[in-house]
Amino acid sequence: MSIVLPGERAPAQHVNLKLGPGLLQAPNGSSSTNRTAPSIFATRAGTLNHSANGSKWWVESNARRYVPAAQESVVGVVVQKQGEGFRVDIGSAHSANLDGLAFEGATKRNKPNLKVGSLVYARVSSAHKDMEPELECFDAQTRKAEGFGELKGGFLVRCSLRLCRQLLDPKHFLLPLLGSLFPLEIAVGLNGRIWINSQDAKRIIAIAQVIEAADPDAQGMGESDIRTLLEDLNRKWMFE
Amino acid sequence: MRPPSPSIPEKEFLLSALKQGLRLDSREFFDIRPVTLTFGPELGWVECSLGKTRVLTQVEAKMVRPPPDRPFEGFITIHSEISPMASSEYELGRPSEEEVTITQMLDKVIRRSDVVDKESLCILSGQRVWHLRLNVHCLSDAGNLLDCACLAGIVALKHFRRPDVEVIGEEVIVHEPTSRAPIPLSLHHNPYCFTFAFYSDTSINPVLDPNLLEQRLNGGLISIALNAQRELCVVQKSGGVPLEPADILKIVNVAVQKAKDMDAFVEARLQEDWEGRKIEVR
Repeated sequence: MSIVLPGERAPAQHVNLKLGPGLLQAPNGSSSTNRTAPSIFATRAGTLNHSANGSKWWVESNARRYVPAAQESVVGVVVQKQGEGFRVDIGSAHSANLDGLAFEGATKRNKPNLKVGSLVYARVSSAHKDMEPELECFDAQTRKAEGFGELKGGFLVRCSLRLCRQLLDPKHFLLPLLGSLFPLEIAVGLNGRIWINSQDAKRIIAIAQVIEAADPDAQGMGESDIRTLLEDLNRKWMFE
Repeated sequence: MRPPSPSIPEKEFLLSALKQGLRLDSREFFDIRPVTLTFGPELGWVECSLGKTRVLTQVEAKMVRPPPDRPFEGFITIHSEISPMASSEYELGRPSEEEVTITQMLDKVIRRSDVVDKESLCILSGQRVWHLRLNVHCLSDAGNLLDCACLAGIVALKHFRRPDVEVIGEEVIVHEPTSRAPIPLSLHHNPYCFTFAFYSDTSINPVLDPNLLEQRLNGGLISIALNAQRELCVVQKSGGVPLEPADILKIVNVAVQKAKDMDAFVEARLQEDWEGRKIEVR
């Protein structure tokens, strides 16, 4: 596991090589010289990781600016009603389009009525670098809501992109730890926005503070530090 | 590019939490975020951070010919331009409303309240005076950029040392810092600025040192600049929800206490930094 900077060569070689985020294959220049190993280089700064058999390689980096990619779930804010659909801000360079019919059970007569400023949890259905991203509020295979749609109440926390990916990892400690203390609802967007909801304001503030503390961008607290933080908050506000 | 205004859940949650007396970072209503002052290798270079809001200031001094209507005084100019580095909502070249407020307040607090003794900046009247230039760079805006900028400006002026000059007849000799120790500026007083945000729902008490979300959703801002000797320099409330006189008096009392604490803190930090710069030759 080594640290790479943008432009550095990566020693990725395999018969069935799959490149993940942060790696690009350099286009082969002249066709006469047939190089057996096409050069792979990194486009982001971070740690270079690979799978056990060396077929999958990627760069684990951190950033705060989101670049949309297809099939990623994001939390967006409705900015404008436009024709049949909505324009949604997901923190990327361009606002995304969310069609009015891209919801479960929506027909031309029965469209959801989202107000400007409401939060939606959606899936990026298409994202190309020269076009505006498109969002949908249902699962790709089942065509059912599966948690996508409008998010009512609660609060929005912003964080770095790496924390979002860590929270979606079932082996990460943070969410089970919070869940063992009190019930909560959470929607993690891969664009650096997390929606949280719980029984009252104190719990929501506690969750927001814990998320900000565990962010590798800010303090990057480990499990024991987060437990101490939660104990302090518990003593102050008496959750149980 | 203006970022979109806060979403409905954020707005509703913030206002309901404030009504219950809770702030998002669990501060009390009249608590400032932790202040850290970092001094650079040069004298007059200060980076001030209020929580995540960071401002960098630098003081430079140049000898110039004074304007003919004021031959006995030096002068100070303040240059502050907020770049998109502070936040994506600021654009270069097009001052937003907040940027104009900050520039005007810095001018009122530092220049027009006569912080620097201008007559002490005179070297040879009519021919040579010191022109002080205060550069303010806003590095990061996490709410309340104004207080951070004013604090950084005052601390930079206190930290700065100008070269020692000797006037013999009509001749002016500027001594190098290595041969004669530079002299601190002569300051009349040290004003500190405190900003309170209040909301359209009058049952919510005013909040000191608002962070980004609290500032975006405010129903009005009131900024008070005063020094530790209980002298008010600037009170600015531009628009917003009307306030009762009793509320304003309460705010001013809070600001008086905070000014004393801030003054003690700044003096302690400056002293600490100065200890590190002294070299004793035995």
